[in-house]
Amino acid sequence: MNTDEIKQQIFNGLIDIAPEVELDELDPNENLREELDIDSYDFLSLLIGLNESLGVEIPETDYEKLVSLTDLVAYLAAKLDESR
Amino acid sequence: MSWQPIVKSPDKFPLKPHLSNYLETCKSFSWEQAAAGLDGLPDGRGLNIAFEAVDRHALGANAEKVALRWLGKNGERRDISYSELRAQSNRFANLLGELGIGAGERVFSLSGRVPELYFSAFGTLKNRSVFCPLFAAFGPEPIAQRLQLGEGRVLVTSERLYSKKVAAQRTQLPQLKYVLLTDAEQDIDDATLALKPLLEQASAEFTIPPTDPEDMALLHFTSGTTGKPKGAVHVHQAVLMHYVTGTYVLDLHPQDIFWCTADCGWVTGTSYGMIAPLTHGVTNLVDEAEFEAERWCRTLEEQQVSVWYTAPTAIRMLMRSELEPVKQYDLSPLRLVHSVGEPLNPEAVVWGIKALGLPIHDNWWQSETGGIMIANYAAMAVRPGSMGRPVPGVEAAIVRRDGESLEMISDPDVEGELALKAGWPSMFRSYLNDEERYRNCFVGDWYLTGDLAQRDADGYFWFVGRADDIIKTAGHMVGPFEVESVLLEHPAVAEAGVIGIPEPTIGQLVKAFVALHPGYQQSEELRRELLGFARKKLGSAVAPKQIAFAENLPKTRSGKIMRRLLKARELGLPEGDTSTLEETS
Repeated sequence: MNTDEIKQQIFNGLIDIAPEVELDELDPNENLREELDIDSYDFLSLLIGLNESLGVEIPETDYEKLVSLTDLVAYLAAKLDESR
Repeated sequence: MSWQPIVKSPDKFPLKPHLSNYLETCKSFSWEQAAAGLDGLPDGRGLNIAFEAVDRHALGANAEKVALRWLGKNGERRDISYSELRAQSNRFANLLGELGIGAGERVFSLSGRVPELYFSAFGTLKNRSVFCPLFAAFGPEPIAQRLQLGEGRVLVTSERLYSKKVAAQRTQLPQLKYVLLTDAEQDIDDATLALKPLLEQASAEFTIPPTDPEDMALLHFTSGTTGKPKGAVHVHQAVLMHYVTGTYVLDLHPQDIFWCTADCGWVTGTSYGMIAPLTHGVTNLVDEAEFEAERWCRTLEEQQVSVWYTAPTAIRMLMRSELEPVKQYDLSPLRLVHSVGEPLNPEAVVWGIKALGLPIHDNWWQSETGGIMIANYAAMAVRPGSMGRPVPGVEAAIVRRDGESLEMISDPDVEGELALKAGWPSMFRSYLNDEERYRNCFVGDWYLTGDLAQRDADGYFWFVGRADDIIKTAGHMVGPFEVESVLLEHPAVAEAGVIGIPEPTIGQLVKAFVALHPGYQQSEELRRELLGFARKKLGSAVAPKQIAFAENLPKTRSGKIMRRLLKARELGLPEGDTSTLEETS
């Protein structure tokens, strides 16, 4: 899965959480929660959804590393690579 | 399952608690004596919160002690001494003077937890203006509505929050004279100014003018079940309550490192994230970042936090993470953990013993009470699931309201409304410009809290639920009316009913039911559109997390949505009295 496909999965996950977000207006290097105006609960829902859709385990102790969209994409890409 | 009381051995504590015998302390307590712990303004010029929290320490032996230790979200750290906090808040007070902002005028904040927020809050109080914090996760509508209701003259915020949430509505806020941007380098226009350069130019010397203890100091908006949000007005006298609860509940000692994780946009973040710890001259930790299990555990360890005041949602998120902090981190300095925001379930209280090495002490209060009213104490046995016992000096009762009279319920374990005897120092003095709603909260000498509770035979109070439709989610209140009103602004929506449904991590989750106008079809696309519509206007703190369609909503014959029935149906509970229900064909 390439990074564009991973991004698409993230955006699919956001449809039920922050459907109003204009994805092309998102700054990929800014704090994702702030950019999306989502709270800890929404963020948790997003990551649980990604866990299901991508089959990637995201332990909560790793949440700290997932600040921006870029971080999240890179993290998921690495995890997917590992599981191949 | 029944939970055993958690019995303590206070004589083995590293520090003797200020309250070692609950009943004796209550018996000997008087507000007059407690007030001796405050200084008052020099030369008998009154009482000012900022002087008690900042200046009296800055002018004494604690001048160079760290008042605020600020942790930036990107790993920065800044120590601000009492002396520096005094100077910076003086600068802000002088700036308000230069801008023509006077006593009683409202200064709002909409900001992350940055040092300038604290300078602004104390500077506002010094100028005898009124500090009104807003939560940064509010959307444009709740922000504008509160600024209008509170007649905000100044707003302290960041460039980002301003451009995203305020700028577009500025023309609807004619009373808002100035916006001060905490992170801007340059002014945007004559009324939208960069704060930092202005603070640098302002004088660091300021003398707090005479302040009557009954002068308005703080304004906290809280959601109502119907109508607009209510602005609970607090006065400088409230600082006595902050100080006393800092003594008996938080058990603050001079060497403590205190961390209150609540955001300053809520009353807890102001009363206990700013004021109470500083009145005791301790070091107050401020973390700019949002909740993160690992970060928080590391912060407890690295900053050697000794007294921690947090919230059920965070505790339950830590529980989910399966961390056992006490095993992975050195938490030896930590001696007391408190929680507030919503009732803490017994499992979480007990989890504290295993995971933190300490039980978690729940306590109860609201925006209207200004300070902790009912609490568990370091030296008192904890009954898991109970909010504890009234703070010394506070009288609480379980009552039944019958029009203009009250029936006091003295039998144990009987449900009723929680009431407080009027007269504690931080009692709200009004709802701003809404005398009638204020009066409705009182019967005789008693303030009726709107919370249902019961008291056991030993005087411990147990939370039961809300007496009204207010939703408590992630520790804060959401008024269903505010959410319904926004949904009704959408052209497709004919009716909206909003309720809280139980959610294990955040307590309750905001769920909306909508009925559509003829010509609109229920669809996933429309559901998402409504969700996004509500989020854009209300922000994540208030907007519904779930929206469901309904053909029509249960209403009374007079057309009022019966949220109670909506909730009963959603949760499969008994529907209760439906005699007022409108008949539907």
